[in-house]
Amino acid sequence: MLSGLFLIGEREHMLSDLFFFIGEHGQPMQTTMLLTVIAVLTVVGYFLGRGRAVAIAGGRLSTLHSVPPYHGFFVALWAGVPALLLLAVWVSCEGPVIMSLVLAQLPAALIPTDHQALTLLQTDILNLAAGVSNGREPDPAVADAAGLYNTLHMVAESCLLALGSALAVAGLTLARRQIRGDLRARNRVEAALNVLLILCSLVAILTTVGIVLSLLFQAIQFFTMVPLTDFLFGLHWNPQTAFSGDVKGSFGAVPIFTGTLLITVIAMVVAVPIGLMSAVYMSEYAAPTVRSVAKPVLEILAGIPTVVYGFFAALTMAPVIRDVGTALGLEVSSQSALAAGVVMGIMIIPFVSSLSDDVINAVPQALRDGSYGLGATRSETIREIVLPAALPGIVGAVMLAISRAIGETMIVAMAAGLAANLTANPLAAVTTVTVQIAATIRGDQEFNSPKTLSVFGLGLVLFIVTLILNVIALRVVQKYREKYD
Amino acid sequence: MRLDNIQMSVANRQGPAVRAIPSVNNKITARDVNVYYATKRALKDINLDIEENRVTALIGPSGCGKSTFLRCLNRMNDTIDICRIEGQIQLDSVDIYAKAIDTVQLRARVGMVFQKPNPFPKSIYDNIAYGPRIHGLAQRGAEMDEVVRSSLERAGLWGEVKDRLKEPGTGLSGGQQQRLCIARAIAVSPEVILMDEPCSALDPIATAHIEELIDELRASYTIVIVTHNMQQAARVSQKTAFFHLGEMVECNDTEEIFTNPRDERTQGYITGRYG
Ligand SMILES: Nc1ncnc2c1ncn2[C@@H]1O[C@H](COP(=O)(O)OP(=O)(O)O)[C@@H](O)[C@H]1O
Ligand SMILES: [Mg+2]
Repeated sequence: MLSGLFLIGEREHMLSDLFFFIGEHGQPMQTTMLLTVIAVLTVVGYFLGRGRAVAIAGGRLSTLHSVPPYHGFFVALWAGVPALLLLAVWVSCEGPVIMSLVLAQLPAALIPTDHQALTLLQTDILNLAAGVSNGREPDPAVADAAGLYNTLHMVAESCLLALGSALAVAGLTLARRQIRGDLRARNRVEAALNVLLILCSLVAILTTVGIVLSLLFQAIQFFTMVPLTDFLFGLHWNPQTAFSGDVKGSFGAVPIFTGTLLITVIAMVVAVPIGLMSAVYMSEYAAPTVRSVAKPVLEILAGIPTVVYGFFAALTMAPVIRDVGTALGLEVSSQSALAAGVVMGIMIIPFVSSLSDDVINAVPQALRDGSYGLGATRSETIREIVLPAALPGIVGAVMLAISRAIGETMIVAMAAGLAANLTANPLAAVTTVTVQIAATIRGDQEFNSPKTLSVFGLGLVLFIVTLILNVIALRVVQKYREKYD
Repeated sequence: MRLDNIQMSVANRQGPAVRAIPSVNNKITARDVNVYYATKRALKDINLDIEENRVTALIGPSGCGKSTFLRCLNRMNDTIDICRIEGQIQLDSVDIYAKAIDTVQLRARVGMVFQKPNPFPKSIYDNIAYGPRIHGLAQRGAEMDEVVRSSLERAGLWGEVKDRLKEPGTGLSGGQQQRLCIARAIAVSPEVILMDEPCSALDPIATAHIEELIDELRASYTIVIVTHNMQQAARVSQKTAFFHLGEMVECNDTEEIFTNPRDERTQGYITGRYG
């Protein structure tokens, strides 16, 4: 019950924040007041509703269809929700409506016909209304319009306060009057909560869909300039030359994909054995005291910001690798795939180890007992029984780690460089998809140039690859779950 | 004082029995066994003889230490950190807790079947082949095939699974899984098989199957079975030991225990007055 109250309060708090942003023209005073009124009425409604239900029950709660707190929430919802809806609609419509009223008052001669000038005029009015001068002496008609705008705004705000409060009070009283012993308050409240939850998940889903769609549209635009085959199979990535008209030969993404692959492979070569073995140690060998210290320490690795790993890779790891390489007579560039890959691997170790540790622990003790009971040693049991049983989960963990590695930007940008070399040599400088995206977006670019749009192409490929990896990982993990539940 | 009397009387009873069937000798002898989980004393001065090629049933109320005692016999308690064992347990007159004893070899001689069927997430074939392989008892190929076949046959499962040896053992029914676990234990040619409530997760038909199997296996193995089911103890065992609160109260021929218990605690338990 309390958490329900808290939820409602929380929601209003967030809404009020939102309205402070929206209500940028003029004082949000009335809006805040209305929110306060609604909050108070909601709380009052809760207690009134609950009290009334208790009174109706007359000491025999079992005569009620729902327990009294649900009646309280029922009234509170009626007090709060309609008024909040009114507020939301009002705030989003108020500006445009007032503006059109103001414009209607202006002499027709002053109203420009083309869209851009009209927007400019509206901005002028709004600025004047808010008391912001643009330095020039304003046209008296425009100044009048600004005055009118302010007046209308004040009136509207007061109306809102009055209407909103009235609506909240009306909702409260009507709902309270509805309370009877057989009122299905619980079902109503559950339905309202249901709607709230649906709205929240809709927001999450719609955002995702929106991002994917915009990615898709921009990528399509890019592929109208650069053929898809050139992008996927071209061997030269050099967006700078695209300005000299050579759009076709400049956007071959193969070096970037191989760079990403190279670094990911290096990272996995580091992370998988170390992560897996430390997971085996933690779950099968370590004494409880060791485990209780070592596991959190390992997980701290996951909390280090990637930037820190990045400069560790660039300033510590890369020079060490270069010096060792030079001492061995190898040619090592000061930015190398190896440095970035190794450090990225270290970053991913806790991922692999902590997820693997979980799946290894989920292997039933009965299986270990069965194996020990046959005279198997501990390492035989781990190799032959525990790891195979945990394998699907471990594969899932590794997949998630790979998609994390592919998406990682900072370390590579700092340690492996920007040069799109097509090479499998871990000692050379390479670049990755994410680094190219970050580097391209950073400059001041014309938005419609192929160079800028190329990031959408890269982003789309990245998205598809990580999506596939995640889907595989989830399915594998799911299959694993089915087996032991 | 009374305990001493019972043990004396048990010893007296064993005398004529041994004479009647001369082939019977003691496979396992436990002397003054005490087991502690951390500071909690789970078994108190247990003295018990397990006879060869007999089925010995351990009965008693939950928590009285039956599983603990069973797990002492193949040193499975070693896998529990807080568990400490005192006293002496001999297998064929050799102390199994002596320094020179390797638990790997001990457990190959003293196999175990658990309460809940626990087939490995491997094929039926590999479930059986696992033990012989880690102990190097059979070569891969024809020799292993033979071990798998004969183990499954002895467990009465061969006919049901011979066409699906490559399928996962976890796909079998509960009763089949338990027989698979018995076959798995048989595959390493143990001398003793310990069973901890092997039928408690099974339906009556599967239970009857396992009971029949236990009766057949008695000819080749020494079997110790923990059971909650008094009828089961009466049906499958020749000797029965009654445990109560960490003590071994009474051990005797099964018939004798059920028709003529010496201790009133035993009587109370088998007549269902408590437990
Ligand atoms: N792993 C363990 N850790 C601590 N105490 C245990 C453990 N296993 C068993 N015990 C305790 O030892 C006593 C005997 O248990 P158990 O041998 O399992 O009894 P039974 O099999 O007769 O039901 C019980 O009191 C139980 O709580
Ligand atoms: Mg038990």
